[in-house]
Amino acid sequence: MNSRVAHRYDDQLFRGMGVTATVSCLAILIIFIGFILYQGMDRLSWEFMTSLPSRFAERSGIYTAWAGTLWVMVCTTLISFPVGVGAGIYLEEYGKKGRLSTLLEINIANLAGVPSIIYGLLGLEVFVRFMKMGSSILAGALTLSLLILPIIIVATREAVRAVPKTIKEASFALGASKWQTIWNQTLPASFGGILTGVILAISRAVGETAPLIVIGALAYVPFAPSGPLDEFTVLPIQIFNWVSRPQHEFVINAAAAIIVLLLITFVLNGVAVYLRYRWQQKLKW
Amino acid sequence: MKVSEKVIEKVLAACALLTILTTVGIILVLVVEAISFFKEVSIVDFLTDTEWTPLFTQKSYGILPLLSGTLLTTVIAISVALPVGLVIAIYLNEYASKRFKKIVKPLLEILAVVPTVVYGFFALMIVTPLLQNIIPQLSGFNALSPGIVMGIMIIPFVSSLSEDALSAVPGSLREAAFGMGSTRFQTAFRVMVPAASSGIIISAILAISRAIGETMIVAIAAGQQPRFTFDPTVPIETITAYIVQVSMGDVPYGTLAYKTIFAAGITLFVFTFILNNISYWIKTRYQEKYE
Repeated sequence: MNSRVAHRYDDQLFRGMGVTATVSCLAILIIFIGFILYQGMDRLSWEFMTSLPSRFAERSGIYTAWAGTLWVMVCTTLISFPVGVGAGIYLEEYGKKGRLSTLLEINIANLAGVPSIIYGLLGLEVFVRFMKMGSSILAGALTLSLLILPIIIVATREAVRAVPKTIKEASFALGASKWQTIWNQTLPASFGGILTGVILAISRAVGETAPLIVIGALAYVPFAPSGPLDEFTVLPIQIFNWVSRPQHEFVINAAAAIIVLLLITFVLNGVAVYLRYRWQQKLKW
Repeated sequence: MKVSEKVIEKVLAACALLTILTTVGIILVLVVEAISFFKEVSIVDFLTDTEWTPLFTQKSYGILPLLSGTLLTTVIAISVALPVGLVIAIYLNEYASKRFKKIVKPLLEILAVVPTVVYGFFALMIVTPLLQNIIPQLSGFNALSPGIVMGIMIIPFVSSLSEDALSAVPGSLREAAFGMGSTRFQTAFRVMVPAASSGIIISAILAISRAIGETMIVAIAAGQQPRFTFDPTVPIETITAYIVQVSMGDVPYGTLAYKTIFAAGITLFVFTFILNNISYWIKTRYQEKYE
């Protein structure tokens, strides 16, 4: 009888722990975001968005930073989207079960676990030095593309795998070739899932700091970039630069810049979650 | 028609092969630069010297201080992330109502999408001052605060991977346990967790690998002072933070100081590579298959 009471007690205790752990995590999230808003909201203004960085905290803005982030985002998407989706389709539709496909699979699982800063070292040697791109937007976008490729590939494979075999077989039966089937049936049917994965990957790239610092993106850039071969800075690097300074005014600038960065990240993730939801609704074949 | 099909297949194959090329590129870059580093610095000194001062006039190249810094922050992060993440996973899967789970899961995911530089800001501006109230001798830069914040960041990673593992266990096992008169607690810890153990171990290993490679939180909040110590209250430096420190400065290409970041990088890569492969091996070898 006693042991049964003890087991009931265990049960209640663990339930309490579970609720506490879950609620604390959410509370920490709210405290963090509240703190950022409290510190940075007043600093956020049209002027802050359109000013160049300066030695004086009150005159500094994030124009070059968000322009750089936008450039990097667009270039990274243009590079990683076709390559990642192409690789995913190959692995799912063409790659025959064999030694090569096993190797590719292990390799992609591995790449997903390589620290982002290592990609920075790769980009520094290959794109910046060997291909002589310098510390340009293009070099940064290529580095980030390699970094997020595994995410896009995995998402593409999952989306393509979810397309029912019957649709493909019907297409083949009507005389369509393999590529016609992929292009006209498989891809449209899986596009929602692929898009979700790509957007999540891009949102990851937007928040990345370390690899871009390693390839030599600057903390201070006097002008907004006008082409993919220009030098650049991005929001996270600007934030890092401001956080590292002792003056309190710069910390407030950092908080304001963080609000902008979080906004971009949350919007991208929101869109991705919405698309996934819509896609799952449609997914009743 | 046939030709274009062949071309398309080749192009797609090239995309897939790019991933192999990336791995080869990483290994090649690290090995080539590291070899040229070890031509000038003996590998024994590198592994046993307890001083890391490549940027000073009195130069020493011992990786141990950076390793101890990395180990320290990783241990702190994991001792936060693993218990909390596991408790959340088990709670959500075995105790919580479906509705609660549906609301809470996406909220927890938000913790995982916040950029790491933002976590660095939290560690420096919120957590360190808070901890200083409890531990007065805590330095403004230390291993404890970034370690804890890193742990918070990894919680959703551990909880979602462990939860996937738990929900892959068939419901019939749970029902059988209940049928034998087990409480939820007994069912969770004697049936479900053991049945999902390989997935849970994988989540732990990947979390460690994540913590070792984490950069911005420690670069911002741990100080940039390589020190061979396991004291969490003093400024330290991790391998990753050192690479950032050098990259922010003006170290000329081709110098020994430039090569140190590759020597540090290859050390980092070896650790994460081993951990990732162990997890992959467990996944293919021990993953329980339920039909």
